[in-house]
Amino acid sequence: MEALYAITTGILTASGIYLTLRGRTFPVVVGLTLLSYAVNLFLFSMGGLTTHGAALVGTTEHYADPLPQALVLTAIVIGFAMTAFAIILAMRSRGDLGSDSVDGNRTDREDPRENKA
Amino acid sequence: MQHLPIFPVLLPLLVAIILLRKREGADPVRRTISITATALLVAIAFWLVSQVADGETLVYRLGNWQAPYGIVLVADRLSAMMVLLTALLALGSVIHASGGEDNQGSNFHGLFHLQLMGINGAFLTGDLFNLFVFFEVLLLASYALLMHGGGKARVQSGLHYVVLNLAGSSLFLIALGVLYGSIGTLNMADMAERVSQLPADRQGLVRAGALLLLVVFGLKAAILPLYFWLPRAYSSAPAPIAALFAIMTKVGIYAIFRVFTLIFGEQAGGLAHLAQPWLWWGGLATLGMATLAVLSARDLRMQISYFMLISIGTLLCGLGMEGTASRGAMLFYMLHTTLINGGLFLLADMIADQRGKVGTRIVRSKKFKYATLLSALYMIGAVSSAGLPPLSGALAKAWLMSTATLSEGLWLWPLLLLSGLAGVVAASRAGSTIFWRHGNGDPAGERLSRGKLVGTVVLLSAAPLLVILAGPIGGYTQATAEQITDTVQYRSAVLGNVTSDTSGASVDAD
Repeated sequence: MEALYAITTGILTASGIYLTLRGRTFPVVVGLTLLSYAVNLFLFSMGGLTTHGAALVGTTEHYADPLPQALVLTAIVIGFAMTAFAIILAMRSRGDLGSDSVDGNRTDREDPRENKA
Repeated sequence: MQHLPIFPVLLPLLVAIILLRKREGADPVRRTISITATALLVAIAFWLVSQVADGETLVYRLGNWQAPYGIVLVADRLSAMMVLLTALLALGSVIHASGGEDNQGSNFHGLFHLQLMGINGAFLTGDLFNLFVFFEVLLLASYALLMHGGGKARVQSGLHYVVLNLAGSSLFLIALGVLYGSIGTLNMADMAERVSQLPADRQGLVRAGALLLLVVFGLKAAILPLYFWLPRAYSSAPAPIAALFAIMTKVGIYAIFRVFTLIFGEQAGGLAHLAQPWLWWGGLATLGMATLAVLSARDLRMQISYFMLISIGTLLCGLGMEGTASRGAMLFYMLHTTLINGGLFLLADMIADQRGKVGTRIVRSKKFKYATLLSALYMIGAVSSAGLPPLSGALAKAWLMSTATLSEGLWLWPLLLLSGLAGVVAASRAGSTIFWRHGNGDPAGERLSRGKLVGTVVLLSAAPLLVILAGPIGGYTQATAEQITDTVQYRSAVLGNVTSDTSGASVDAD
């Protein structure tokens, strides 16, 4: 299970970083979202992975660390709000700057559709 | 008063809720509430400082949970000083904003107080995850405030700022995960305890987590490879916000200072002082780059942003230096530079108001009103920023330089003095162009807003005041530096009974 978990987290992180480094706002927002998923998974696994363990000390011999669960809950909420904000901001910058390039470049040679608009 | 440490967090939160309740509202009412609350915050901060000035560390346990398990707020000399600095800066900014800037968009005052809550919380918390949460609070408010009033330049620089900080938050969480996984706690005092007894095979992991934290804080503080977002964001932000942002980079500096002296300080065995070389060389490089950049600025706000980068480089050098005395000098410099830089941003806005279309660009313009008054204020700010006697900049820099050892001085002295020279050249060029090179005819320009003037004067008056009160303030920063170095006191205040001085108890196998 650990290997699968680690590989999943790794792939999510790599995809997230790749997309965040793109030049258009939409891939950047998606990249940030993937990155925050990866981070949440990573944070969750930090107490060690346990199956069928309650997050209560004393009830059973076999328990899961409750703290990472609390941390990841906070991180999910914050990440969600931030993603929403980033999407609105990306739309605003598309509207105000007339381009979805992160640098606000209107004359972007790579995309011929830009000139028609 | 046992609840005192939580007031600087609670007061802005309550005020923000009151102010955000109605989107539209009478300006005078909101301004009165906002300014009164900020003045109250100054009073609370003074009270907090007076409580901790004798060296006591106030610990506030939320819900009365014991330290490593519950959340704690800790107010020692450093935290109290930073809260006071924030409150003073906020007072100047909010008075300035009430001069008209606040109704350029909606909800200015509510967001402003939310941001204050985040900043104060970050200074007071004793828990690394809470530091993350307060960082997010202050960042989310700052995203909205940075784009207050809208406009292309703000949206564009805002987009960069937001994306960069979101990536930074992800890194912060990864670092927290690594540290929690390897140390087993996120309470800073408890971390410091456990790091000293860390098994040797965990050291690599903890080192990686610690350096990731340094990257995150370095991004906030704008250390050399991570500062490129700063000049554009600060120069396009509304003036009161740019002024308040002067403390935001200091939040990064504070976090570096706290984490890397408390957790990875003397007692950390093989991990002791692991950030020191990075801070020292990073600070010097930032100082060098900012010195070149300040000469190239074509806009007054851009120039002030680079002045700020110079000060950040200087502060990082102060952190990277050995010896408690340099820390005391560094803290004194921090007080000076935060207030003066904030004041300069406010002043640049008043100058832009008078010059009309030209704004703050350093070019010839029409003759404008109040040039004498504005130029006198600019002179105070510039002289102080560049570090010429007799104002606070000279004193702070001289103190910092005098604490350098010989090998440090060889690097610090020339770079710091050259940055001062570059500052003088740049500021005098900007000042003479803006105030003296103008056409003939009647002076144009709108009436000077009283709020804006008062706000600016409040902040710039720090330049003479810091010199006049240098004795007591310098004594306080020196005592702060000594208290920070003595981490046993902090740990025993938070955790109750730290019996042994763990500096000799390193278990590592080297």
